[in-house]
Amino acid sequence: MKYLPLVLANLGRHKRRTFLTMASVALALFLFASLRTVVTTIAAGAQFGSARRLVATNATGIVFPLPLAYAGRLRALPGVQAVSWANWFGGRYGDGKRFFATFAVDPASYLEMYPEIVLPADQREAFLRERSAAIVGRRLLDVFGWRLGQDVTLQGTIYSGDWTFTIRGVYTPSDPVINDDMLIFRHDYLDERMNRAGFAGWYILRIDDPNNAAGIAKVVDDQFRNSSAPTKTGTEQAFNASFATMWGNVSLLMNTIGMAVVFAILLVTANAMMMSARERMGEVAVLKTIGFSDRRLFGLVMLEAGLITLTGAVLGLGGAKLLYRATNFSAAGFLPGFNVNSTTLVVGGAIALLLMLASGLVPAVRAARLPVVQALRHVE
Amino acid sequence: MALVQIRDVYKTFQRDTQRIDVFTGLSLDVAQGSFTALMGPSGSGKSTLLNLIAGLDRPTSGTVRVAGADVHAMSAAQLAAWRARHIGFVFQQLNLLPVLTAYQNVELPLLLTRLSKQERAERVRVALGVVALDDRIHHYPRQLSGGQEQRVAIARAIVADPTLILLDEPTGQLDAKSSQEVLTLLQRLNSEFGKTVVIVTHDAHAADKAKTVLHLEKGALIERAAVGA
Ligand SMILES: Nc1ncnc2c1ncn2[C@@H]1O[C@H](COP(=O)(O)OP(=O)(O)OP(=O)(O)O)[C@@H](O)[C@H]1O
Ligand SMILES: [Mg+2]
Repeated sequence: MKYLPLVLANLGRHKRRTFLTMASVALALFLFASLRTVVTTIAAGAQFGSARRLVATNATGIVFPLPLAYAGRLRALPGVQAVSWANWFGGRYGDGKRFFATFAVDPASYLEMYPEIVLPADQREAFLRERSAAIVGRRLLDVFGWRLGQDVTLQGTIYSGDWTFTIRGVYTPSDPVINDDMLIFRHDYLDERMNRAGFAGWYILRIDDPNNAAGIAKVVDDQFRNSSAPTKTGTEQAFNASFATMWGNVSLLMNTIGMAVVFAILLVTANAMMMSARERMGEVAVLKTIGFSDRRLFGLVMLEAGLITLTGAVLGLGGAKLLYRATNFSAAGFLPGFNVNSTTLVVGGAIALLLMLASGLVPAVRAARLPVVQALRHVE
Repeated sequence: MALVQIRDVYKTFQRDTQRIDVFTGLSLDVAQGSFTALMGPSGSGKSTLLNLIAGLDRPTSGTVRVAGADVHAMSAAQLAAWRARHIGFVFQQLNLLPVLTAYQNVELPLLLTRLSKQERAERVRVALGVVALDDRIHHYPRQLSGGQEQRVAIARAIVADPTLILLDEPTGQLDAKSSQEVLTLLQRLNSEFGKTVVIVTHDAHAADKAKTVLHLEKGALIERAAVGA
């Protein structure tokens, strides 16, 4: 490409401006990739899960509990094979900087409900035997350097005070629906300590036929419609998704922020390109006098815009991809499997292309259309 | 047949409500291998004439024929290719791209040809040798004197071996000594290399070097006897 030195020389004319423009494009696409990956990671998590499990939560909201008495009534419903329940336990460990999920569960039914939680038989028995026992994911154990049999103390945030559990099991998930970054302990331990009859944060139901999921969910919800705590029942996939997005419509938020950022950067880039173009009208006239055609000048200006946005895109998108992979980023356990996927890279590339068109088109057309005689008169 | 044939050219500029008739029926011949100086007061249309010959501007009516081509009738794309092949143009100032070295500036017209990198390099060196700037090849315009800059511009104008070299007040910004160098160079290009040169100038000394001197007065031509040769 014999014109490359010319284009590069033009880019080198205002090194700082070129660098800043490239950096803004890179930053914009880095942010775009990051935000979109939050969305795709949540969506991917929602795809996991068994079609044979339903989750029933309080219709008012996932943070409101359901009576434990529902367990028996749910088990009696046609199509329901097994029932278990769990509770969200807000807990902090140490300085609280490393977040992980903590659940209080009904141990026997929960392990039976989730065969994906793979646990050695002796550890399983220990968990079922001992009220203050807990099981933790392999990753969590490694992160904190815990050992089997060790006592671990959490500060409760929902249930105040210090809570000490004994690690009696280390599980490895056999499926991504279960992440290996959790601490699971016994519901009866929580109830005993709180001195109350207890309740369930949500119920998990195993059904006989995935094709009946919608029908069974409706039967469940009808059952409790007129009680003090009506339920909302859906598939495990839907539950996983709503659990991850319980702070609101995350994906809409992320997309909106992403687009706003990209648009802001577009203005910056376009402005920089316009500035360079205006400064160079005389030079464009000289090139035309030499015999550079309008089309060639259009191409050269576009190439310049393309180099800026392409370099920015490679830095921003590639940087996001490599950075998150190298650091094994998981948003402190919130978003396991955080990985910039190829769709995001392709969409990011398309945005870079649009940026190139949007920022390069006007200056390029202007250069192509510039009447030489007029431009020369302005120079002199 | 003359290299440049201008016949019955009218050129009118419309600025707001004001109408400027620069040429009303101008005709002119420039012979192959000639060295023509174009003189005349400011606003008489010297630059306009040069622009018409180079196909940078179009006559309102009339014909401009250069080396057998109807310049007035060509499309913009045709003109660009034609200029690259036939015209070397030098302005009074700001000829060079400041971000490119002397070498890269001179190479520009060759980028439009099919020459290899090797062949381009040879030609650039020869052209810079002709203008005696072999030792400034990798200097940027800001590192050159005004006279050197104009010589680089001339090197660029001749590097692609054009049919016609047009210069619009090339010595206008130069001191006497640099002017002299540039004019001597043009004279050599004409006599040694047989290049056809048309130069617009206000400088009587410059006109002395030319074989033909044309005077433009209010859009009309008055030919003076050729001085020297
Ligand atoms: N693009 C244009 N638009 C309007 N008027 C123009 C344009 N170009 C030239 N003119 C007018 O045409 C006339 C001739 O201009 P031109 O530049 O050819 O003169 P010149 O002989 O080169 O003068 P100078 O010696 O000052 O360079 C002037 O009156 C000028 O104002
Ligand atoms: Mg002029």
